[in-house]
Amino acid sequence: MKILLRAGESRWLAPAAVLGAVVLTLLLTAGPIRLAGANPVAAYQRYTINPLTTPGGIGDVLLAATPLLFTGLAVAVAFRVGYFNIGAEGQFLAGAIAATIPGLYLPGLPAALALPLAAASGALGGLLWGFLPAFLKRRAHIDEVVTTLLLNPVALLLVQGLLNGPWRNSETGFPDSDRYGAGYTLPTLAEGSRVHWGFVIGLALVVVVFVVMSFTPLGLRLRAAGQSPGAARFSGIRVTTLQFRSALVSGALAGLGGAVQVLGVQHQLTASISNGYGYTGVVVATLGALTAGGVLLVSLLLGDIAVGAQNASIALQLPTQMGAIVSSTLLLAVVALLAARRYRVVLRRPFVRRRSTAERGDS
Amino acid sequence: MGPLAELRGITKTFGAVVANDSIDLRVLPGEVLALLGENGAGKSTLTRILYGLSQADSGSILVDGSEIRMHGPADAMAAGIGMVTQEFSLVDTMTVTENLMLAGSGLGRVNRSAAKAKVLEAAARIGVAIEPDAVVGTLSVGERQRVEIVKALFHDCRLLILDEPTAVLVPQDVAVLFESIRRLTADGMGVIFISHKLHEVVEIADRVSILRRGRIVADVPAEGLVPAQIAAMMVGSADPVAEAASGDVVEAEALATAVGLEAPGAGVAAGAGVGAGAVAGAGAGAAAGAGLPAGELSRSGVLDIDRITLAGTGKPLLDEVSLTVRAGEIVGVAGVSGNGQTELVSVLCGMTPASSGAVRVDGADITRLDVTERLRAGLGRLTEDRRGSVVLNLSVEQNLVLEDLDRFRTGPFTNRRRIKEHVAGLMERFDIRAKPGDPIRSLSGGNMQKVLLARAISREPKALVASQPTRGLDVGACEYVYSQLRALRERGAGVLVISEDLDELLGLCDRIVVMVSGRIAGDVRAAETSREELGLLMTGMTAGAGAHS
Repeated sequence: MKILLRAGESRWLAPAAVLGAVVLTLLLTAGPIRLAGANPVAAYQRYTINPLTTPGGIGDVLLAATPLLFTGLAVAVAFRVGYFNIGAEGQFLAGAIAATIPGLYLPGLPAALALPLAAASGALGGLLWGFLPAFLKRRAHIDEVVTTLLLNPVALLLVQGLLNGPWRNSETGFPDSDRYGAGYTLPTLAEGSRVHWGFVIGLALVVVVFVVMSFTPLGLRLRAAGQSPGAARFSGIRVTTLQFRSALVSGALAGLGGAVQVLGVQHQLTASISNGYGYTGVVVATLGALTAGGVLLVSLLLGDIAVGAQNASIALQLPTQMGAIVSSTLLLAVVALLAARRYRVVLRRPFVRRRSTAERGDS
Repeated sequence: MGPLAELRGITKTFGAVVANDSIDLRVLPGEVLALLGENGAGKSTLTRILYGLSQADSGSILVDGSEIRMHGPADAMAAGIGMVTQEFSLVDTMTVTENLMLAGSGLGRVNRSAAKAKVLEAAARIGVAIEPDAVVGTLSVGERQRVEIVKALFHDCRLLILDEPTAVLVPQDVAVLFESIRRLTADGMGVIFISHKLHEVVEIADRVSILRRGRIVADVPAEGLVPAQIAAMMVGSADPVAEAASGDVVEAEALATAVGLEAPGAGVAAGAGVGAGAVAGAGAGAAAGAGLPAGELSRSGVLDIDRITLAGTGKPLLDEVSLTVRAGEIVGVAGVSGNGQTELVSVLCGMTPASSGAVRVDGADITRLDVTERLRAGLGRLTEDRRGSVVLNLSVEQNLVLEDLDRFRTGPFTNRRRIKEHVAGLMERFDIRAKPGDPIRSLSGGNMQKVLLARAISREPKALVASQPTRGLDVGACEYVYSQLRALRERGAGVLVISEDLDELLGLCDRIVVMVSGRIAGDVRAAETSREELGLLMTGMTAGAGAHS
């Protein structure tokens, strides 16, 4: 048996790989679910179908998907140009910190001023957190994967430091900030629902990214720079400048995500505000093929599984971590099969003369 | 006498592409078999299969009449098959002897003196002098190639595959190589010789096999063949002799001209008083190589390279290179590869900033400009690295407009309708055989070069830098590139052609400069020079030494 690189690729292969990954995920996770004492089929139904059967469930899915929209877009925007920002987690936290500043120190502002201010502050915080790696990459060619990644725990420590120091809750003494002023609450989309306008903002950004990537010269330049930096440079595209700017936009998107999360859900800064959304953003962007539409789809899917996992933990006594196991397995399966589709497996057979020249009738 | 090696019914497919379609081929002892074909005809695939680098889907390989199983080059070497490719496989920091000891079986005692003796013996066998203790990095390209051949001989090779061995050589080294080949075949060795240079083929080959679209379309004795006939067979007429005898002879001559051969019909008549008017008028008649007389020094330089220096580690890569290309002129840059040509192109294209000196296009200083501004100033570029000049994952259409996106913008948005029209026009004018939405990576070398030509020429550059414009292209595509470059010259642009193919330069250019060690070492009129003179200049002899005959 031999494994060979494929010469060409047919159109159906990528979708087939994703479908195969889903099937593979079901097969692989059936064992652990069984071991945990539940029926796998029932579990899958809880994970995927059940959340979508009630309006409240759908709301929860959208709520869970909201931060992923921002971090997923942030990562996609940077990866697309060949800037591997693994720092969305830290930028998300920096955005949350930055949005907290006006929330705590200007509590009296009306919503019409407070929300734009806090959102802008959050975006700026994420941008600044992403600035140093982007600057070092541009000026000194320092690998952004390392620098952005290492700044994540720094951001988390900063959050914890603030919450244990100046921002410690003045009433309870717990390491959570005080609640923001009343104006700093993103309204919910519908009465009784927890889904807030942050989801709509995220949706709007998906559309903006899609339009820019697909319908503007800038989008084509970004794609060229990411796919073939040498050729892009040859064509007069300023690759390093584009990467630098995309890195800042990426940081701003992640930071805005952090701001939206504190303004929409928590209304205060907590140490567990991120819940790994920045890292999940890498998953979202990768599974979504670095496209805006893909980010939207995968955010919703992962939101669905996350809500379903909570649901399943109650109904089927499955640990909530099982949901993470399912989505992680899905990620690994998709990535593996997408890579594997470039190869084909050939079973070795003895050489056979198919047609002799005499039969072919030419000399 | 049976064949030394025989391929029977070799078939190899890559996806839907049949690279080799049931190929039968035999090499006799003492024979030089020239394997010819346009690019993509299947030559490389076939030789890779014969050398065990890839495996055929079906068919068999026989050496001395018995079938052998090829799992890798080791099997090929064991069967007495050796190959020398364009990329050498020598370790630069080791001596010749050490390199050849690497090639031998790995384990066991290191016996330096025996190995050295073996080197000398093998060198004597091919009739060249090789210093066994020389460090490979200090050797010239020609010398390295000889070491490669000696390396192949170490494995008691009886069939030697030479894949475009002359592509990197100066004419003097080619003569040495041919002498070596003759000695080896006199010993009973078989040689498979691959080349795009047809005059070399008729000189050295005993038999010519031509591949087209993965099949052998001709297998004829070389005796009495002329390059024009071979060229005709390569591009696709079934019976070369009949065709050459019939009215198609004109086409064959045109093709021969295309590959830089002398075509009897192409007069030097244009030589006399065509004068400045030619720039405007001569559009149609520019078929053959003669071109414009480059007589008028008064004509302004459209590309003016003024003492360009590029520092390197140690000696400069470019050392005060000065060169002027005038309107309506094609200037060639000859030289053995690695003498600064690549760096010169890189500096001109705006990819590497020069250390000092200036470049002017039509009088405007572009030295400090970036790529986009250079393009706007009237510079056109066609580089040797085609696949590095396009974004492989983007479509033909997207690549065609990548440099001009701002021309197709309405507000912040791309104007798709105008792009479509523009691209459709280009694809028609430059005969690009693909759909606009096809990924450019799926295009053949020739088609990709047409895309790049279209991109460069459609903006009517005042000065075009064309580096290795036909490398790896088939005869038809070469001719197309030449016709486009000539047409651009007729429209009054200046063209700088950097090429390692002297025939190409002699056939295409008005004037040829020679680069040696980052300097301009000679500047001659194409019509008054010869391969021999250029060869001497390329080896670094002063211009005076190569006096005209």
